[in-house]
Amino acid sequence: MSDTHVDIDEDALSAEVSKLDTIPESPDEYGTRQRARRTPGGSAMSVLRWAWYSLTSMRTALILLFLLALASVPGSILPQRGGSDPLRVSDYYAKHPTLAPILDHLGLFNVFGSAWFAAIYLLLFISLAGCVLPRSRRHLRAMRLRPPAAPRNISRLPVSTSWHTDQSPDDALGRAHELLRRKHFRADRADNVDSRADRADNVDSRADRADNVDFRADRADTVDSRADRGTGPTSSVNAEKGHLRETGNLLFHVSLLVVLVGIALTSVFGFTGSALVKEHDGFTDTTIDYDSFSPGRFVNIDKLPPFSFTLNKFEATYQRGGPANGDANSFAANVSWQPSLGAPPRDYTIEVNHPLSTQGTNVYLANHGYAPHFIVRDGSGHSFDETVPFIPQPGTSQYDGVVKLPDAKPQQLGITGIFLPTASANPVNGMPTSIFPAPDNPAVVIGVFSGDLGLNSGLPQSVYALDTAKMSRIATTTLRPGDTLTLPNGAGTVTFVGYDQWAAFNITHDPGKPVVFGAVCATVLGLVMSLAIRRRRLWVRASRDDSGRTLVEVGGLTRTDASGGFEDEFKRLVTALQSVVPPTAQDG
Amino acid sequence: MPVDVGLARLSNDLIAGGIVAYSVAFLGFALDAAFGEGFDKKASASAEQAVVPAQVPALVGASTAGSLPEGSTSADATGAAAGAGAADGAGARGASTSSDKYKLPRRSGLFAVVCTVIGWLLEGGAILSRGLSVHRLPWGNMYEFTLALTFASVTAFLVLMTRQRARFLGVFLMAPVVLALGLAVLVLYVPAAPLMPALHSYWLAIHVTAAIVASGVFIVGTAATVMFLIADRYALAAAAGKPVRFTGLARMMPDRDVLDRTAYRAYAFAFPIWTFAVIAGAIWAEYAWGHYWQWDPKETWAFITWVVYAGYLHARATAGWRGRKAAYVAMLGFATILFNFFVVNIFISGMHSYAGV
Repeated sequence: MSDTHVDIDEDALSAEVSKLDTIPESPDEYGTRQRARRTPGGSAMSVLRWAWYSLTSMRTALILLFLLALASVPGSILPQRGGSDPLRVSDYYAKHPTLAPILDHLGLFNVFGSAWFAAIYLLLFISLAGCVLPRSRRHLRAMRLRPPAAPRNISRLPVSTSWHTDQSPDDALGRAHELLRRKHFRADRADNVDSRADRADNVDSRADRADNVDFRADRADTVDSRADRGTGPTSSVNAEKGHLRETGNLLFHVSLLVVLVGIALTSVFGFTGSALVKEHDGFTDTTIDYDSFSPGRFVNIDKLPPFSFTLNKFEATYQRGGPANGDANSFAANVSWQPSLGAPPRDYTIEVNHPLSTQGTNVYLANHGYAPHFIVRDGSGHSFDETVPFIPQPGTSQYDGVVKLPDAKPQQLGITGIFLPTASANPVNGMPTSIFPAPDNPAVVIGVFSGDLGLNSGLPQSVYALDTAKMSRIATTTLRPGDTLTLPNGAGTVTFVGYDQWAAFNITHDPGKPVVFGAVCATVLGLVMSLAIRRRRLWVRASRDDSGRTLVEVGGLTRTDASGGFEDEFKRLVTALQSVVPPTAQDG
Repeated sequence: MPVDVGLARLSNDLIAGGIVAYSVAFLGFALDAAFGEGFDKKASASAEQAVVPAQVPALVGASTAGSLPEGSTSADATGAAAGAGAADGAGARGASTSSDKYKLPRRSGLFAVVCTVIGWLLEGGAILSRGLSVHRLPWGNMYEFTLALTFASVTAFLVLMTRQRARFLGVFLMAPVVLALGLAVLVLYVPAAPLMPALHSYWLAIHVTAAIVASGVFIVGTAATVMFLIADRYALAAAAGKPVRFTGLARMMPDRDVLDRTAYRAYAFAFPIWTFAVIAGAIWAEYAWGHYWQWDPKETWAFITWVVYAGYLHARATAGWRGRKAAYVAMLGFATILFNFFVVNIFISGMHSYAGV
């Protein structure tokens, strides 16, 4: 390879490589990539290769990342089925009857579960993997390389200095070498190396070129200045520091991949469900005890963790007085629980930020409310004891619910009720209303219906709604604890005995969580490393000049110094070097 | 525990004082910028710089042997080196060389810095007394968050001034700070009160503090980016020989590279903290709600912000995207923060509905 050849090659390469500055791939490979990208070619193989190189380029990864951000925008603006309030989707349908079905068809009410959202992040995953894994391999190789030889003309490096010293070149280099090693540089002594020969070696070594992408800048200088200096052998210390920058960079990107793996683990092996439990009632971790349950694909629903618990008491405290009157201060569900059947029960308090954890499964407090206790006697004298959870109405401190008595005689009975923890007459219309969420003055407003509950129609019915199509209202009243309502026409009586509280729990098993957690920690570590560390090279050359004195030249180079500061470090290093290799007096 | 009304009132008085001090500081910075000697530029090299985006860190006279920057001929490189040296030393040098005509503006610049520190102390006192009055960390609603955010921004600005010449950021930073505080006091204000149970967690300290610090530093970066875009526009037009309006605006700014690097430093500092804030939020969500990520609108927008700034960091390291395009990406990142703060908090309901507005 002739010198001229090398020059052109280097210029072209540095222009090309600088486009992909943060991807130090080997120039040869990069050339192949460029060719493959430009020409999809005719054969199936070359089309595939073109597709692969395009997909794994950083530009594609960036575009996919932006697409992911863009795709999540509608998910934050439009109501989502999986969101905190799924009812808002039906509200949206009611308000925009023509637009809503179109949006729904595009998956915009379930953005984060939609196929196109999955397509973006899967492509991103592949793109990232295809870029980062080969790059990690190259980095591992580069980590084992020694620092490259000193450029011929150190004074043309971006930062450099020189001074005369009374020490011999050998002595000076020895001290410089020791100092740089002490400062954790990877430092080598290169004695009596012919620069020209060395340079040719360097350019030929492919691995070294891959490694040198960060330092591309030095080449042109080195080549330009060849004529400036003699070609005799010289001795130098070649030092390098900051491989951890790329290590951190790769750690960050690989960790992102691991995060996605963890998420996938959970969606396959995890499950999530919810259960509403009244005071004094129990919950056992079997599918029948869940109100809703969504297992991952490979969850064995017959072998759920065998824990169980009983809700002993639910306690809530509220802000009294002041501008935040009625805001909740604390919620606590006192439970006794057993990790498995037959184990001794233990007491625990589940709070909002304090879940119960056992066997990789967590039980979170999600909601709470009141369950009024009724004793209903029907026309035939048969009595029913019902404690029914009432559901909180958003924006109020009222709780709605229904009681269904399909076995009541002579006709089925149904009760719609509103539980008022602190009942008071509405100042405007005199209607009973609740003015505070704590049960200071509990009352229940009920409407009693008789007729056909419609349970045999075959259609599924909500337990929280009464279908009154085939029923007639026979009574409406407000009851306080202990009050009894006598129904007309000998239909029976309804007694409001009192109330219990209930708590709703989210129960999740998330096997990918430790993976995700570990990976995100590594992400931050990698980020800090890659942003805070700079990779730099330093060369010290000592030689006898024409007058026979020892000339020490020091030069430094960095490319990944986006936030600056290398000059200061260089100054400090020079000061340190001059303390072990002092300049001769007249040099000052 | 009851709210200490006296302390809450003290907090309100202190913040009023803080706004006054910041406003005066803003005027001082503006005076300094408008009538001061300006911040030196690489005047001689500006034409070349306009065409060749700076790929090599600006040379700041580190080498004693007169080394030269990359890719320039020795003639103009000497000029550039001299210019760069001047840019670096302008603060110190200005004292000895500037004529009397600049005395008042420079004094006003120093006066502005003093006012900033006073405002910063007052605002810190306001936050402290607010916290003491309600016996908790005072970042539980939009009003308190805005106070903490602007405090973080000004803190970052002050810290930056101890590490590099950064006074030039004063006008472009104090303007949004004063605006935000005005908005906080007039629109977002809610009386001191305890927190809702969902916020009772030490994760409030970790997650929200990280978000505040990151956002505050992002604001400082954004101020530098806005200045960069103006200075860049000016330099490009000057290089093309086009007439430029409002040249004074560009004259008051330091070199584009300094602005770009200042912005990058801010973003590179804030980005890992933002990442941490999002992760801490996910951990808290895991404790509180049982799911570490639910695509709640606030989470979604925090993620979008993260993606955009990640894009910025990559763009800045990619030739062809460096400079203007990367700056636009950074501006987009700030826009997502604003959207998250104002639009998501106020208009979109979700599980982060703690705005108190």
